[in-house]
Amino acid sequence: MIAELGAFALVLAFALSFAQTGLSTAARLRRSPVLAAAGEGAALAAALAVAAAFAALMHAFATSDFSVANVAANSHSAKPMLYKIAGTWGSHEGSMLLWCLALTGFGAAMAGFGRNLPAGLKACAVAVQGALGSLFLAYTVFASNPLTRIAAPPVEGRSLNPLLQDPALAVHPPMLYAGYVGMSVVFSLAVAALIEGRVDAAWARWVRPWTLMAWSALTVGITLGAFWAYYELGWGGWWFWDPVENASFMPWLAATALLHSAVVTEKRGALGGWTVFLAIAAFTFSMLGAFLVRSGVLTSVHAFAVDPKRGILLLMILGATAGGAFALFAWRAPALKPGGLFAPISRESALVLNNILLAAATATVLLGTLYPLIREAATGEAISVGPPYFNLTFTPLMAALLILLPAGPFLAWKRGDIAGVAQRLWVAVLLATVAGLGVWALADPHHAWGAAGMALGAWLILGALAELAERTVRRAPGETWRRLSGLPRGAWGMTLAHVGLGVFVLGACFETSWKQEAAEVLPIGGQMDVGAYHLILDSVGQADGPNYDAERATIRATRAGAAVCTGRPERRFYPTGGQTTSEVAICTKGFSHLYLVLGERRAAEGKPVWLVRAYWNPLALLIFLGPAVMALGGLVSLSDRRLRLGVARRQAAA
Amino acid sequence: MRAGRALLAALAAVVCMAAASDPADRLADPAAEARARALFEQVRCLVCQNESIDDSDAELAHDLRQIVREQIKAGRSDAQVRGFLTDRYGEFVLLKPAFSWGNAALWLAPLLIVVLGLLLLARRVRGAAPDPELSPDETARLARLSGDDPA
Repeated sequence: MIAELGAFALVLAFALSFAQTGLSTAARLRRSPVLAAAGEGAALAAALAVAAAFAALMHAFATSDFSVANVAANSHSAKPMLYKIAGTWGSHEGSMLLWCLALTGFGAAMAGFGRNLPAGLKACAVAVQGALGSLFLAYTVFASNPLTRIAAPPVEGRSLNPLLQDPALAVHPPMLYAGYVGMSVVFSLAVAALIEGRVDAAWARWVRPWTLMAWSALTVGITLGAFWAYYELGWGGWWFWDPVENASFMPWLAATALLHSAVVTEKRGALGGWTVFLAIAAFTFSMLGAFLVRSGVLTSVHAFAVDPKRGILLLMILGATAGGAFALFAWRAPALKPGGLFAPISRESALVLNNILLAAATATVLLGTLYPLIREAATGEAISVGPPYFNLTFTPLMAALLILLPAGPFLAWKRGDIAGVAQRLWVAVLLATVAGLGVWALADPHHAWGAAGMALGAWLILGALAELAERTVRRAPGETWRRLSGLPRGAWGMTLAHVGLGVFVLGACFETSWKQEAAEVLPIGGQMDVGAYHLILDSVGQADGPNYDAERATIRATRAGAAVCTGRPERRFYPTGGQTTSEVAICTKGFSHLYLVLGERRAAEGKPVWLVRAYWNPLALLIFLGPAVMALGGLVSLSDRRLRLGVARRQAAA
Repeated sequence: MRAGRALLAALAAVVCMAAASDPADRLADPAAEARARALFEQVRCLVCQNESIDDSDAELAHDLRQIVREQIKAGRSDAQVRGFLTDRYGEFVLLKPAFSWGNAALWLAPLLIVVLGLLLLARRVRGAAPDPELSPDETARLARLSGDDPA
């Protein structure tokens, strides 16, 4: 019964989204506040209806109702409750419902919170958001309904892929989708601005909180995914340039560019057209990702297995929305005002340079992901584009961006002074160089690129702190305190985000350059070395869980004779799906990880032996801490007072 | 459903990972083994879902690793090993696409975008005098607005 109510709510949500578009369009055409309010009401009702459908699906998963096809295909009664609930968004159908929940939820939030938006712009944006909602809800209802029943329910479900039964991965999709779909609001506001023909400082300010929110969520989502890959897949890597990772990375890069170009539009009224373009592009990349993951055109370990017909429908939605928005852009953008002038050396130029490099980096990821498809379609020759391509193209672009980054915030608007910037930053340059040289000299073996990465990370952190000091530190401590406490949250957010990026660069470069790997076949009591650590396989025992059988090893690690930690890696077998997974053991020492994996059992001279792999991943924790600090920066910036104060109201007060 | 089973099979292959470091297969000479490992990272496991043979534990990945190790043992250079693999399996086997005319768009696009962006930026700032001198009218208006009317 509850599943039927959910299915009904889903159809109702589709009808309400459709009504939302119609009412808001009429409101804009007739300039009627009553119709506008009705459109906003429909947006809120649509969100509630999708929430009801989502709750119904979650209920079906929680109670293991195998008469619902999606539950039977993706759940199992012996699964822990957390993963039963996470199963709601673990499949293609369920994740589309989550997508719709976020889409209508953000639509309702825009309708509810956007009080200071001009009536015309708001009605347009609510209408566009409603149109997006209608399309995706139509797709969910008619092509991938998660709430359909099956005539002969099985006694037991087919279970969720055991790799996905993990706390990080239970939270990862909601964060990722909040980021992907958060971009839809920015998209709707951009399309509305093009229809209204006005892109100005006020518009950039309205777009900013939504971009910041989506960007922060996407940062957390991508990082959780990387962290999951790091400890769950069991070979110590955290980023593989896999097409599905790329699909989540492209909207992030576009959103990062958008955050920076919107600053120029907000502060100087310039680059309006480009900012609108990025706003459209960011959500287009989100939709492209949704299509790539579900269409089966790309081979990836993360892809959903679905039939190509659904992919074609998603491609049509993508073509209609993005195509329509870009056509509108081509038609209306030339009429937008170019905005203020600026000199070659200025804050504006620095931010444009940031955007050029980020755009090139995004294009690199896009091309690397799609080029094999294009080339095969055009010439019939299959090629592969893997990590070596991205290391040669993406990495230099990013390195150039990061080298220039700390100078940007020191430049004045309109016309900057390079000598002045050099004067303020030479200490940071010197310290970063010393840090790089020091690492090169001390670390064994010597890695020039790794050391350069350390210098770059230090440069980012020191540069961001120098900028903070420049703004606040004065000779009188009272004055410094006054300036520190008076600093806008937006400035704190920027400092945090740039420091977080530096922390990430430190971790990523150090881990990549100086990680160590060892693998041995050990009997009980066998010993091996990895890095400075000595490992002893003490015992291997049985450790079965609710829905799996497992072997658990106890491995003691010592360093120079002193006990360091005891790791208990597991090798699990899930009989339902016939899969084997590995639960690694990670000992955290400072910011570094000792990473232990139990491999397969073999026999040597009649005795059992185990393949044990161990990695020493120095500073690996920084790889995940850095982005966490960046996301925190986004949230701090989101709490800035100026984003809560409407421009119009501020002008009225002045 | 067939796609689903293929995916499960692929995932099952993924999870028992990194047999590349299996001591039973290793080359005796550590330098040669290091060269082999570096090559593994550039070679695609053809039946897997976008993985290198360094990462994959599929049967074919194991065979490809043996081929690479044997070639190295036979004294072939890295380029010769790559050539041997592409002759057998086509360009698809290499994770790093060749620098060729067919791939020109792939390799040059990032550079082209940067150059194009810089040209557009140069056009935007060229001749832009950000602080033009104020005209007498404007000076007068500014003075009026700021309250100290010269008149």
